[in-house]
Amino acid sequence: MTASDLPALNIAELRDLLGRREVSPRAVLEALQSRIAEIDPQIDAYLSIDFDAALEEAARADVTLPLGGVPIAIKDIISVAGQPCTCASKILRNYRAPYDATVVRKLKAAGAIPFGKTNMDEFAMGSSTENSSVKPTRNPWDISRVSGGSSGGSAAAVAADAAFGALGTDTGGSIRQPASLSGVVGFKPSYGRVSRFGLVAFASSFDQAGPLTKTVSDAALLMNAMAGHDPLDSTCLNEAVPDYTANLGRDLRGIRLGLAQEYMIAGVDPKVRAAVDAAVAHFESLGAEIVAVSLPHTEYAVATYYILATAEASANLARFDGVRYGHRAENTRNLFEHYGRTREEGFGPEVKRRIILGTYVLSSGYYEAYYARAQKVRELVRQDFARAFEQVDALVSPTSPVPAFPLGERSVDPLQMYLADIFTIAANLAGICGISLPCGFAQTEDGAQLPIGLQLLGAALDEARILQIAHAYEQSTDWHKKRPPLVANVQRPTRKE
Amino acid sequence: MFCGCRVEFGAAPNSHTCPTCLGLPGALPVMNHEALRLTVLTGLMLGCDIAPLSKFDRKSYFYPDMPKNYQISQYDLPLCANGSVPLHDLAYPKDAQKKIATPEKEVPLVRIHLEEDVAKSFHLENNTAIDFNRAGTPLMEIVSQPEINSPEEAFAFLTALKQILIYGAVSDADMEKGQLRCDCNISVRPAAQQELGAKIEIKNMNSISAVRRALTYEVERQTEALARGEKLEQETRGWDDGAGKTFLMRTKESAHDYRYFAEPDLVPVKTESLLEEVRARLPELPRAKRARFVEQYGVSVYDAAVLAHDLALAAFFEAAAKGARKPKSVANWILNDLQSALAGAGRAIGDCPISPAALDELVNLIESGKISGKQAKEVFSEMFASGKSAAAIVSEKGIEQLNDPTEIETLCEQVIAANPKPVADFRGGNSASLNFLKGQVLKLSKGKANPALVGEILERQLKT
Repeated sequence: MTASDLPALNIAELRDLLGRREVSPRAVLEALQSRIAEIDPQIDAYLSIDFDAALEEAARADVTLPLGGVPIAIKDIISVAGQPCTCASKILRNYRAPYDATVVRKLKAAGAIPFGKTNMDEFAMGSSTENSSVKPTRNPWDISRVSGGSSGGSAAAVAADAAFGALGTDTGGSIRQPASLSGVVGFKPSYGRVSRFGLVAFASSFDQAGPLTKTVSDAALLMNAMAGHDPLDSTCLNEAVPDYTANLGRDLRGIRLGLAQEYMIAGVDPKVRAAVDAAVAHFESLGAEIVAVSLPHTEYAVATYYILATAEASANLARFDGVRYGHRAENTRNLFEHYGRTREEGFGPEVKRRIILGTYVLSSGYYEAYYARAQKVRELVRQDFARAFEQVDALVSPTSPVPAFPLGERSVDPLQMYLADIFTIAANLAGICGISLPCGFAQTEDGAQLPIGLQLLGAALDEARILQIAHAYEQSTDWHKKRPPLVANVQRPTRKE
Repeated sequence: MFCGCRVEFGAAPNSHTCPTCLGLPGALPVMNHEALRLTVLTGLMLGCDIAPLSKFDRKSYFYPDMPKNYQISQYDLPLCANGSVPLHDLAYPKDAQKKIATPEKEVPLVRIHLEEDVAKSFHLENNTAIDFNRAGTPLMEIVSQPEINSPEEAFAFLTALKQILIYGAVSDADMEKGQLRCDCNISVRPAAQQELGAKIEIKNMNSISAVRRALTYEVERQTEALARGEKLEQETRGWDDGAGKTFLMRTKESAHDYRYFAEPDLVPVKTESLLEEVRARLPELPRAKRARFVEQYGVSVYDAAVLAHDLALAAFFEAAAKGARKPKSVANWILNDLQSALAGAGRAIGDCPISPAALDELVNLIESGKISGKQAKEVFSEMFASGKSAAAIVSEKGIEQLNDPTEIETLCEQVIAANPKPVADFRGGNSASLNFLKGQVLKLSKGKANPALVGEILERQLKT
């Protein structure tokens, strides 16, 4: 194997080489560096990279640790000590995090090396990474299209072999949807499974960090390092963390998968529908039982989400005021103007839209009609899932109703963009876990192959089972082995799995 | 309240800060359980209902001293509701203690909730500096019902409340250090009117007496305004202690919509698990202590009140009086000689050079007749100055009461012989002369003779 082959490896394969000392952490980083230099100008997945710091960590890396010597890309909303943490916003353009997020600390403790920060929709608000104040990220499968969002940088980097694995955050689908559009695995843990300390908050009762990887078993490896109680996050559950790789490889006999009738909606691309139907049939052939279930409050999920998440965001983003850090407007005459101009200059249109929406739904006179009512609906959505999971082990659906769409196509219509999250958003309302993994391709008129993602949702804290089901599907199909044309020139080594 | 930063008065600006209390991106609050316990303890001391389930809420408004531009506070489920603060005579200002309108009044409370404090702004000539040390300090807000009827009652309310907070070791409650702060809402209305007048809030008072002054000023200002036919509107005013005036800060029109909603970064608090532990920490309260001092030590109601008014003084008394033969004398010594000596030396009771046991020993010397009251004063001064024990001073200085009747007989005989006129006066029916003669005997004994014995012997000799 030559150095240029290294970036095509997944984490498990890379760890195999590192553990046997066939390759050094430094060589891995250098190979990744040249890969990024070659490909990132075409996809714009990264916002900042600190190879010097990463090389220093590589020199100290303990390759006997579970993730020893594995470089990991981090979404730019997660704090890494000493590195920028801009959330792709002008308002934090010059901000560097003075501390590590708990997930970053845990990954480092497992031997991983965070080396760069990935692009995203500003403050994770968006589904295409076009809301980045810096640049949109392009889809490695077709660079005229979006990579999804908000963790679009992380998804594109992994898809283009410009990262072995990456962290994203998922507030309404921000890990699963870009994973789907970019043809990688994206895993959203249950709310409270992974510490939020150090994640710049968008919507505190929805946000969860999770991995974007090339395979399901890589997602399980990263989850082993990331999950667990954190005294610094009161909402982080104090529950034992199982070994998420332990069940991988078990067959699906006795597994019951649910199809929600409410997800059979118009507006789903026929190619997506066909791919998901085929996946369901494939699950049956693997021994799983398919059960029809109902999630009666599904139609309210998007509206409920956009009330509650924006309400929380309006308070969470209040701290960006130019007083202590970040962008500060110049030559303001009074405090009111200081706040107004700093935030006017610092925030992009989508962020402003959501702050205004969130402020409105919490305002005196409107609180009961919007916020309070949405809280009640959230509880109903939670109960829908609780009932469904009494019957089935997981729910199957498309991750996104459509494959990757062209840059600029939806950014003019926020409402169209919000509907891109229709299958993912309810999981965040209910706090359950979910995964997106490749299940097919849609060919465009000009011949591009666009990945299609399959979503599996599981009950809260049932991560191990979801990973097991996803793994069984993945290992009996070839979708995850396909590489985008951008990386076709890279020879992929024979898999060892 | 939600981070581990130290709370220290007078620390260098911004030296006690962390990502959480600076509101850095990604930082989260973590509950300070001791603050919860102290608030529940305060609630129990004041007879409040403790909410079984309480939660925290975000209160949003923009100001540079607010790191997150929302404050984590409690809106609709505060930890404590109802309860009251009992007032007592000594809690009133000294000059008002003789004319208390409603003795034994209890001021009812609305609620007690917990929140995080904001930072401190320093307005400099051309800009404003902010010290975030205070940001995130636990702040307990106690809200009373509008049932305080005079500036003196407000004074008594704060004094009595402060006393209870000190009793519970909840806070040192020093207003000058900002440990106790007070916003007053005050309104006036014609005597016949039922509904309350326009609520005017006053801020910036940094002592309990400043609260009284500000309220006295406001009562007058509002009364005059109404007399002139003006209509008062809800507003917030500041107190300028130097000028002795309040000034307008903001009117109702600029009132905020705080957009409260449940803090998603914290889980609701169940108080049941706290209650048992907090009950074990419930102290004896001032009212109970006063009653017990009267009952157990036989001190007067007034003396008991003075002793119990200061927890440290009460503890000193209790330590000295526990084994004392005459606790009442111990109380007298503390309230008279000791208090004035401490005041003269500018020392606090906690810094007293005489230990409770040493004071008890002194009182025992008097009670057993070893030294006279007059000698005791001398011994006390020496004890206060040197810290030596009473017994040591008595033996060092040879101070001892003369109790030998034979010696006293001789002294009395000498005085009778030397003062024929007073002797004749006494025998002629002027009993007041006896005191003069007694004084002469004590003088002759250099103050050592037992005065009671001297009086007895003199009278006997004069009558024979």
